[in-house]
Amino acid sequence: MNEPEYGWWLPPNVSVQGDDIDTMINVIHWFMLALFVGWGAFMVFCLVRFRERPGHVAVYKPIKAGFSKWLEVGVAVAEAVILAFFAMPVWAKIKNDFPTQDNPVVIRVVAEQFKWLFHYPGQDGKFGRTGVEFYADDNPAGLDFDDEDGFDDITVRGLHFPVGRPVIARLTAKDVIHSFKMPVMRITQDLIPGMEIPIWFEAKSTGKFQVGCAQLCGLGHYEMKADLIIESPEDYQRWLDEEHAALGLDDY
Amino acid sequence: MSDEHSDLGFLRKYVFSTDHKTIGIQYGITALVFLFFGFSLMMMMRWQLAYPGSAIPIIGGLLPDTLVDRGAMLPDFYNQLGAMHGTIMVFMGIVPLAVGAFGNYVVPLQIGAPDMAFPRLNMMSYQAFVIGGIVMLASFFLPGGAASSGWTSYAPLAVTATTGQTFWLIGMIFLIASSLLGALNFIVTILHIRAEGLTFFRLPFFVWSQLVTAFLLLLAFPPLQAAAIFQLMDRLAGTSFFLPSGLVVGGEQIVAAGGGSPLLWQHLFWFLAHPEVYVLILPGMGIIAEVIANNTRKPLWGYRPMVYSLLVLGFLSFGVWAHHMYMTGMGTTMSTFFQITTMIISIPSVIILTCLVISLWGASIRFSVAMLFALAFLPMFGIGGLTGLPLGLAAPDAHLHDTYYVIGHFHYVVAPGTIFAMFAGIYYWYPKATGRTLNVTLGKVHFWLSFIFMNGVFMPMMFEGMAGVSRRLFDPTIYDHGAAVHGLTVMTSWSAWCLAAAQIPFIINFFWSMRKTERAEENPWQATTLEWATPTPPPHGNFTETPVVYRGPYEYSVPGADRDFSPQYVKQEA
Repeated sequence: MNEPEYGWWLPPNVSVQGDDIDTMINVIHWFMLALFVGWGAFMVFCLVRFRERPGHVAVYKPIKAGFSKWLEVGVAVAEAVILAFFAMPVWAKIKNDFPTQDNPVVIRVVAEQFKWLFHYPGQDGKFGRTGVEFYADDNPAGLDFDDEDGFDDITVRGLHFPVGRPVIARLTAKDVIHSFKMPVMRITQDLIPGMEIPIWFEAKSTGKFQVGCAQLCGLGHYEMKADLIIESPEDYQRWLDEEHAALGLDDY
Repeated sequence: MSDEHSDLGFLRKYVFSTDHKTIGIQYGITALVFLFFGFSLMMMMRWQLAYPGSAIPIIGGLLPDTLVDRGAMLPDFYNQLGAMHGTIMVFMGIVPLAVGAFGNYVVPLQIGAPDMAFPRLNMMSYQAFVIGGIVMLASFFLPGGAASSGWTSYAPLAVTATTGQTFWLIGMIFLIASSLLGALNFIVTILHIRAEGLTFFRLPFFVWSQLVTAFLLLLAFPPLQAAAIFQLMDRLAGTSFFLPSGLVVGGEQIVAAGGGSPLLWQHLFWFLAHPEVYVLILPGMGIIAEVIANNTRKPLWGYRPMVYSLLVLGFLSFGVWAHHMYMTGMGTTMSTFFQITTMIISIPSVIILTCLVISLWGASIRFSVAMLFALAFLPMFGIGGLTGLPLGLAAPDAHLHDTYYVIGHFHYVVAPGTIFAMFAGIYYWYPKATGRTLNVTLGKVHFWLSFIFMNGVFMPMMFEGMAGVSRRLFDPTIYDHGAAVHGLTVMTSWSAWCLAAAQIPFIINFFWSMRKTERAEENPWQATTLEWATPTPPPHGNFTETPVVYRGPYEYSVPGADRDFSPQYVKQEA
């Protein structure tokens, strides 16, 4: 696993969707810089050229034509282009194009003050029934132990998923609003109590990173983080097997 | 009217005054004190961010053990400071200064009125503001401290928070009531008691900005007022407006009816809080327009497009609120709508800013202190506006949402933006209000230091946000990407403390100049608008003779006139 390098601009991107987001961020910042430098140069020129000095007087109506209209039309067109060709298609892909094939990994993410819980369905691919009434210290996911779909479910505090395979995560919170943030995956999604919100993502390279909470959730908010481990399919399978072994389900 | 006031006692004249100028000054002083207090809270937070876990020098030893551990800040105290910094700056600092102080003092003068339309309502507005402020400040002394759920008070966190949140809600109810009373008063005043000849398109741009602001306050605040009462009921009366069923906090099921929606609070909150952004900036733009017209010695370029843009801004500001909520899980239909409205609303802002910059062309620019602040406002507000662009689009927002980039963005709008405009206004109108001029050298020192350190505070935040560092973290260095930009955090903190030091020349200047013996002229800047037609300082009732308006607001350097300004109130000029 490579050691990620963080700096003063975007952090490394390991997600498939992240490239579009990064392109957009960079394009918009070049556009912003061009506007700012253009405006700034004009302004500085004016400040020097039209400073008050003996013999210099102001002109009542120095400009007749509306050349600024072209600037405004230009800004409007640039924004329309960004909207139509970047913002909308990119966001629609991220939000709506859930993977239908490729055997996605499906997980539940349950947030509470100030911990993350990741719930994997186990080898049967089915989540056990959960409910508020089952929450206990040794059952943070609120699994119904009478439901056999849940016998092989894995609940852990660190997020593991394999590279090159889409992940569908169903997000919910027990107590207050949290936000599931993975800077290297360019993902931010609030977890709202009373709602289950599905998102999807896919990693294109492996590494060890962090999941953080990006919505103020109380006094321990700042330390609500979890390991984010993106690994090769083999390592992921090995990890799953170990977790199953820990449940005493080797022969399942 | 001007005869009665001489008989008034001290209390009626200075404390329970109905004179718009006294109320304006009361608002101004109170708001400046709150601004400095809100800034002080932030300076403590900056210590924790720069030097996590180490004792705060001097102040740390004075604070009780509930807030600090051997002088080092506790996370809960950090959250209290964060929530109260935002609340105080927005609702008790900027709005009362921009609307309560400048609006009250200047609007009646600029429209040639003897006072506001409802002087008693005006007094009540100030009193409600003071009560709200006292309730907010008192909450620091509660067991459990002040509100700690952010200035946004998102449910369910705020509903389950300590008693400080109840005080926050009650305080907000008073502050909102204050703004509503003020807003009504401004609308009636501007619509009904303008001087003869002062048609709408002869109104100074500042009056326009206050009119639009008043409408925003009047229409946007009631939903938050209702929402605050709902949240108060959720906390005190067992209702569940914002609580869904099945909440488990700290392992315990919450006893509540359930069935409510946490997102409802966000919609109601942002339905106010986005127009609120324009409440924060429009009066500032108004002041900047006045100062630029006066100091360029020529009319504003594009006065009418600017007025139309202002109206469009006001109208559209009600249709963009959910761009604060892209990451709550909203569908693409809704986010598309709000992305489009957000891009559209940038156009009128661009027009206003462009008109102000083009107004410099062909001018004879006086670099007065007020003008320096006004000129600095343009690029600073420009950065604030431009950085709104990636945040207004959902895909880039997926990375930048709730990071320091957002903090940098809106502070560029409000701090070197609005606060610079407020300083410009203070340097510009101080001679009218006090009869003395502020010292220019101290003013320039104040300006240059503020300009440098404002950027030192907020520019690093853009890069921290780009690196993915979330806001509201007690100690961002526990994340790898947070530790990588820690140098920027330290730079921000030192800039913030230096920025505080840079205000010392201003404070000295403000009080020392008042005691000067030399009196300012009635129209020291050779300005054209009606406030300069009054004696200095204006007496109760303002004008010695009823003003009549003959021309537009910015008739500077009119061809053929014998001097470079033609006041609105002078008949024979051009």
